Amino acid sequence: MRYMIPVLKRELLGYFITPLAYVFLVIFLFAIGLLTFQLGGWYEAGQADLQAFFLFHPWLYLFLIPAIAMRLWAEERKTGTLELLLTLPIPSWAAVMGKYLAAWLFTGLALALTFPIWITVNALGDPDNGVIFASYIGSFFMAGGYLAIGSCLSAVTSNQVIAFVLSVVVCFMFTVAGLPLVAEAVSVLPLVPNALVITISSFSFLSHFESIMEGVIDLRDVIFFLSVIAFWLMANVITIELKRNG
Amino acid sequence: MIALVDLLNTSVDVITFGASNLPSMDDTFLEIRGLVKRFGPFTAVDRLSFSVSKGEVLGFLGPNGAGKSTTMKMIAGYLAPTAGGVSVCGHDVGAERRAAQASIGYLPEGAPAYADMTTRQFLKFIAEVRGFRGGAGKKAIDRAVDRTELLYVLDQQIETLSKGFKRRVGLAQAILHDPKVLIMDEPTDGLDPNQKHSVRELIKTMAPEKAIIISTHILEEVDTVCTRVMIIDRGRAVADGTPDEITSRSRFHNAVTVKVGLKDARFVREALDALEGVERIDAVESSEELKLTLFPKDRNALIIEEISALLTKTNWDVRALYAEPGRLDQVFRSLTTADTVEEELSHLPKETTPAEGEAEDASDDEEEASFE
Repeated sequence: MRYMIPVLKRELLGYFITPLAYVFLVIFLFAIGLLTFQLGGWYEAGQADLQAFFLFHPWLYLFLIPAIAMRLWAEERKTGTLELLLTLPIPSWAAVMGKYLAAWLFTGLALALTFPIWITVNALGDPDNGVIFASYIGSFFMAGGYLAIGSCLSAVTSNQVIAFVLSVVVCFMFTVAGLPLVAEAVSVLPLVPNALVITISSFSFLSHFESIMEGVIDLRDVIFFLSVIAFWLMANVITIELKRNG
Repeated sequence: MIALVDLLNTSVDVITFGASNLPSMDDTFLEIRGLVKRFGPFTAVDRLSFSVSKGEVLGFLGPNGAGKSTTMKMIAGYLAPTAGGVSVCGHDVGAERRAAQASIGYLPEGAPAYADMTTRQFLKFIAEVRGFRGGAGKKAIDRAVDRTELLYVLDQQIETLSKGFKRRVGLAQAILHDPKVLIMDEPTDGLDPNQKHSVRELIKTMAPEKAIIISTHILEEVDTVCTRVMIIDRGRAVADGTPDEITSRSRFHNAVTVKVGLKDARFVREALDALEGVERIDAVESSEELKLTLFPKDRNALIIEEISALLTKTNWDVRALYAEPGRLDQVFRSLTTADTVEEELSHLPKETTPAEGEAEDASDDEEEASFE
């Protein structure tokens, strides 16, 4: 903890002393507004819920989270500060966690800044605030999952563009794994056991998020996202350690 | 063969491990045993062993790509060695990395720093990571800032600083916790003469209390700062000694140069040719004078006495007479192979990303020519 906090603080500071944070926040809020109102037709639908709003979160995260995550390690490797960071007397996991948590808190802030829509829906009608709250929590955990994938893949390369593209691809696979389309495509292949189809489907961010969006924070869904995060962060630490071995 | 080498390395490892548990000698702050680093088929550091004690300033010399930076990275705990070990103040860098790193100040090549932070923010971060809290942190930062003369740029963003200041920010970061071992990769590279001078002075002030390693391309720096020199070539130490010892290996060691006006050149030449102890005479003639450099037969003989005695007896137009200081650059060239650079380049395509440092080393080989 003692080692992680300074790294976390430095990362957070790093977001706000550069234009990065502001550019990201503006784009995120603008895009989510556009999707909700234009594509989702939230206002016209006349329903007192935020379904149309939350439905777009996975798709927006799919591109915006890798954009946040790509610089986490690739940039440090490129500018040489990684050498500085890794020769400070801190454990590798503390560096990984500090950077990750800072990025997660930052996405949390972006998510929190969508609060006007929650106020609006309450002004217009009488929504189930429990469901909305659960959806916010679910969205936050899902963002954490995408971010852990992006952070790990950023440590693989010193090229931010490669890190971004890799992350989008992997995040996309985790997003769509549960769609019927994918399940059908996998099951038509010969010799694929049914268990595998189910396993692949169970890795879907979409289905876990959708079940939270129904208003019930099922422990299994939370555990799912937490284990995805833990898995990718562990892979992240291992990647850093492997790079030490040259 | 490879299996044999591996076996050898494993045994080195075992010995190393045992040794690290022994109490190290009080003043030996840094000990390196059988250090090897391979990147794929390329051996960057090849069985390097040495130790550095308190008060020593060890200068690493060597062509680009000789393994200087790689060695420093392994000491600092950034790269793990393929075989062998490093112990810092009794802590093995492999087994107790963080304890070792707490006693090391490290200035990586190019002095990287978080460019978007101000000097103050950056040093505060370093102090916090190094475990300083509150007043102690402020004190440590003040001392480092004072020593590196950064007071006036404390609130400036690091990316807006000049090269000299950036380097000093890197230095401040490295000495902030007053480490016993200080590792600096080209601390004066790219600085102007005044800045170089102040960095060297800083190193000299800190030297009595610390074990210091610097790598450099600037041979004159070795004379002014280092108490000990190690020349590294292809990952191996090819010379290790005090600057005087190393320069005495020069073929110019104890050579004598005489400059004489052209009018008397012939007589002088004849007289000098007759000397017993002289092996060979090199002559360079200019429009006004003849410059003769005499090499003794016995490398340790002081032929200057004989020559000066001979020349003072006459009234020839002798304009200068001096003993040649040994030339470090000449020793350097004779010990390090000229084809290293080419060989380095031929290895490049095979190298993987971790060897980035080496690749950069090889790419800026034009600088090689500019020895001062």
